[in-house]
Amino acid sequence: MRKNLGEKSTRDAYGEALLRLGESDSRIVALDADLSSSTRTSKFAEKFPDRFFNLGVAEQNLYAVAAGMSTCGKIPFASTFAVFATERALNQIKQCIAYPALNVNIAATHSGFTSSGDGASHQGLTDMAFMRCLPNMTVIAPADATQTEKAIRAAAAHDGPVYVRLGKIDVPILFDPDSDFRIGRAVLVREGSDITVLVTGILLSQTITAAEIAEKKGIDVELIHVHTVKPIDREMLVRSATKTRCVLTVEDHSIVGGLGSAAAEVYAQYHPVPLTMVGVADVFGESGEIEQLYEKHGLTAVQIADKIRIAVQRK
Amino acid sequence: MEKSVPDLLERSRRVRELVIRMIHESETAGHYGGSLSCVDILVCLYFSSMKHRPNEPDWEDRDRFVLSKGHAAPALYAVLAEAGYFPIRNLWSFKKFGSTLQGHPDMKLVPGVEMSTGSLGQGLSVAVGMALAGKLDRKSYRVNVLLGDGEIDEGSVWEAAMAASHYQLDNLTAVLDRNNLQVSGFTESHMRIEPVAEKWKAFGWTVIEIDGHDPRQILSALGSADQNSVKPLLIIARTVKGKGIDFLENKIGSHSCTLTSEQFAQVMQRLKGTPPG
Repeated sequence: MRKNLGEKSTRDAYGEALLRLGESDSRIVALDADLSSSTRTSKFAEKFPDRFFNLGVAEQNLYAVAAGMSTCGKIPFASTFAVFATERALNQIKQCIAYPALNVNIAATHSGFTSSGDGASHQGLTDMAFMRCLPNMTVIAPADATQTEKAIRAAAAHDGPVYVRLGKIDVPILFDPDSDFRIGRAVLVREGSDITVLVTGILLSQTITAAEIAEKKGIDVELIHVHTVKPIDREMLVRSATKTRCVLTVEDHSIVGGLGSAAAEVYAQYHPVPLTMVGVADVFGESGEIEQLYEKHGLTAVQIADKIRIAVQRK
Repeated sequence: MEKSVPDLLERSRRVRELVIRMIHESETAGHYGGSLSCVDILVCLYFSSMKHRPNEPDWEDRDRFVLSKGHAAPALYAVLAEAGYFPIRNLWSFKKFGSTLQGHPDMKLVPGVEMSTGSLGQGLSVAVGMALAGKLDRKSYRVNVLLGDGEIDEGSVWEAAMAASHYQLDNLTAVLDRNNLQVSGFTESHMRIEPVAEKWKAFGWTVIEIDGHDPRQILSALGSADQNSVKPLLIIARTVKGKGIDFLENKIGSHSCTLTSEQFAQVMQRLKGTPPG
């Protein structure tokens, strides 16, 4: 962790992973809704034009077509922006993919605030909420390029639908290529004893920094990256909170239905502890630089560190 | 599978009996109207036109059928049972707690059901996916899908219609069950779909209009797909909602309703007396 491995967006990592997967498995097909240059399915499209389908600006059709292909033995990856995948095609995803539990993979980019300048219409701040409430659906938000590659392979191999939440912006590569990745297993990033901090997706980097800031103030943070928000790693969450007796969640997503809610569902039922949620407080996004948006919603390292300080006092 | 018209008509008569008994025994209001309007189409598909193996439902070269208007599940279940996919007696569990025969079809529970449907406007997209996969694998199977006429109010149907034409899916046949009625009333009073043939033609489809209760015309239209090139095929099957129950035929209330025991007995008696052909 924290080596100089460079930076890459998780969408770029997705495009490369999909290409490699396509080379090794002819069942892989890629589908897109007129955004392949943005979602990076374009790499796959160039190499495998016969196995790439641009369905146009028609997300409902996109996901039901993917379902039909899946019943014929294909392993589809169907991509668009997170907001459009989960909202324009929600009923198709439920009826044709989640209900029959087909191996259709929804790789959605521009999640969270990462489509920053485009504003509320394009920011995917509730995508995990929509996907998480569908039975049979697995929801993964990788931290970096390494985890993205592993998540894409795992999604293809997983016998059921997987939603993979990807970002537009470059983020530090934090995990080694040989790091362990299993669907449903959270990653213990650093051990600590005063508070459990859970983070999902690409905010891991600033949350590590937040933990370091907190450490200087004498707070020993146990940091866990929850790449699989569903099914969530209940065992690790409870074990950690049993030790630290307080929890804080960090996400670039609404606290309604995202990681905070998922953690609350675990802790309220299995191990009640004070829980602080850092994320988007049930409001719409807006245009701005990504740093400005993170600042407004309390998602910078300094702000997260301050929330950690307050959260510990709730014990 | 039988091809003779009298055989198909007799099969349709039996399927209608099963449909009516299945819904009646479910002891709830059921979709008599839209199930009975498509019986002859489904019988022609499963007992003449389609290559399929009831004892090997996952045979990879089978022709596919997607019931996009999933509320006609009784018709599909009856045809699948008649074809031998599962025992006829299973039909009497339709809609009951714990039954594999859900109110709308579940592909995971019922052999022969190719897609879980019920939420309208999605089956054509699914069929497009199957047809694209067939092309990709250089398979000769055909994909058939049944659409309701009320169903095509859904915008997603037109997304799929555009894609089918764009990808030149000549291995795809959609049959439109044109019974003129949707839940609220006549399609042309509530949401006009005419001129429906011209709309599909404009979307790049070959369009054939037939009497959807005449096996000769149904088979001829389904068979014409083989000569069709480049374009997907839409068969507009003019049908009567509730066909086979005289007092429900072409009636607004026939979409979902119940029969009294007396009506049921009377209907079954009349169906028995209907001579084939």
